[in-house]
Amino acid sequence: MDRPSPSPRYLLDRSLVYGLAVLLALWVVVPFYLIGVAAFSPRDAVFEYPKALVPTDLTAETMAFFVNSRGVIPSVINSLAVAAITITFALLLGAPAGYALARFRFPGRDGFQLAVLATKMFPISILSIPLAVTFLRLGLYDNLIGVALVHTAMALPFVILVTSGVFVAVSHELEEAAQTLGCTRLGAFRRVALPLALPGLAAAAIFTFVISWNEVFAATILTLRNRTLPAQVLSTLADSPLYYKFAGGFFMVVPAIIFIFFMRKYLLNLWGGK
Amino acid sequence: MLGSGRHLDRSVSGEVAALGRRPRGDAWLPLALLIPAIAFLALLIIVPMLQALFLSVQSEAGALTTEHFERMRGDVAFSDAWRNTLLLLILVVPLQIVLALVMALLVHSRIKGHAWFLYVYAIPLAISDLAAGILWLAVFTESGYLNSILQGIGVIERPVTFLAYTDLGSVIATIVIAESWRATAIVLVVLIAGLQLIPRDYFEAADLFGASRFRRTIHVVLPLLRPSLQSALIIRTIFAFQTFAVVFALAGRNFPVLMGEAYNWYSLNRNPNVAAAYAVVLLALTLGATFIYLRVLNVAQAERTR
Repeated sequence: MDRPSPSPRYLLDRSLVYGLAVLLALWVVVPFYLIGVAAFSPRDAVFEYPKALVPTDLTAETMAFFVNSRGVIPSVINSLAVAAITITFALLLGAPAGYALARFRFPGRDGFQLAVLATKMFPISILSIPLAVTFLRLGLYDNLIGVALVHTAMALPFVILVTSGVFVAVSHELEEAAQTLGCTRLGAFRRVALPLALPGLAAAAIFTFVISWNEVFAATILTLRNRTLPAQVLSTLADSPLYYKFAGGFFMVVPAIIFIFFMRKYLLNLWGGK
Repeated sequence: MLGSGRHLDRSVSGEVAALGRRPRGDAWLPLALLIPAIAFLALLIIVPMLQALFLSVQSEAGALTTEHFERMRGDVAFSDAWRNTLLLLILVVPLQIVLALVMALLVHSRIKGHAWFLYVYAIPLAISDLAAGILWLAVFTESGYLNSILQGIGVIERPVTFLAYTDLGSVIATIVIAESWRATAIVLVVLIAGLQLIPRDYFEAADLFGASRFRRTIHVVLPLLRPSLQSALIIRTIFAFQTFAVVFALAGRNFPVLMGEAYNWYSLNRNPNVAAAYAVVLLALTLGATFIYLRVLNVAQAERTR
């Protein structure tokens, strides 16, 4: 069969395909552009109508107003602290489990894998309601560690899946070679497997950050004064002016977009696969 | 440490070789590596699940009671929350599946720049539901961008109020749009992973027989993609029950949903028991939907192969 030469029909077909692809890309990207314009317009521009789609005077004044609003800076610090604790917990608990899944065949392996996949979909945030009652008793209510514990439960299945994928890719034979050359098993892991797995572990850490940074419901339920950023924005949402909301929305979006860029290679591992 | 199981078969590599040839003495190691994660998840999932159940049926004196469930049912927002949550589920999920399928097939067809298209389509995966709600608020608010554009091209003469609580239809439309924008990416990623499992030969064979793109999609791709569509459907349905912050940002309390009512009962009414009753309802919905989907889809599959 001959390859068809680029007939008019073929060209039309290609341009339709590309047109559709670009249109869908615009559908995703345009709201980001609009919130960016809204966040960097002067405060009173929010009430202007009709709005210009291309901004005429850009200013950081609205963003500055948001950042300096009461409670915002502490909540950003809280968010970063919760994310850091969550990353630590999730990697310490998840990476060994991922390693076990990648390296060993053991009774109950399939069952465990299934449980991990089920946890990925489990509505953990709703459990923050009974947890709040328990945490109140344990002194973990309105405590960043309490929030981090729930975020860890949310991130853990993803960390296990990503790290197990990472360790499957790191050749086991290298580890064994190191052992035959006199390394202990732990030493072989530390000197051979771990350095090779580092980029993948970093990706798992980044995804954990995104989960924690974005999480709204549990953080709002579990805190009162020690709000994370989304909890702070949500709990003041009803009484906030539009420009505060827009600046806050933009502020929450930016780190997430940057971080997801660095782990785009692993996106398919997270939700795809079995 | 050099047991007999250690000797290497160089011709087999990767996962298959790594599995199943550990020396027996190491049987405790995988278990030791897994136990912390298992214990943690059990502690943070199973224990609070039981706790939710206790809270929802326990009276102040500690006796068994249905008062919390009755209070939940007696609340004016309860039936609205049910209706709205299910309505969003029915409207959003099919839209997301179709949208994600189109995106996935475009990316999978390896058009030029397909990696970039995948990245762009997947960006909303990183956006919180609260931020997504605020993004679309900038579009749909009365002095927002949609009105500005419509007026700019002369479709309307004065701004339309999309988010008025009196006009349920347009409020739902805005939420459906925002949710489709935000959460299609998860479906997309699941479907692309599924497409990658289909051998390329199938696509090429269909080409050879002159199948048009549309017929190829219907007759070749969709049946093979069935397991992925199934998991995407389950994931999205479960998440749709949890719709909360997008609705909260766009419509506030004017559009009650189940998760939002749980939040209100806990945070505003300071009643953890009724909030726990909502939690129990949401957990039951999640388990029920998963069960029904698995049941129905498997039965359908069994009948096709019969």
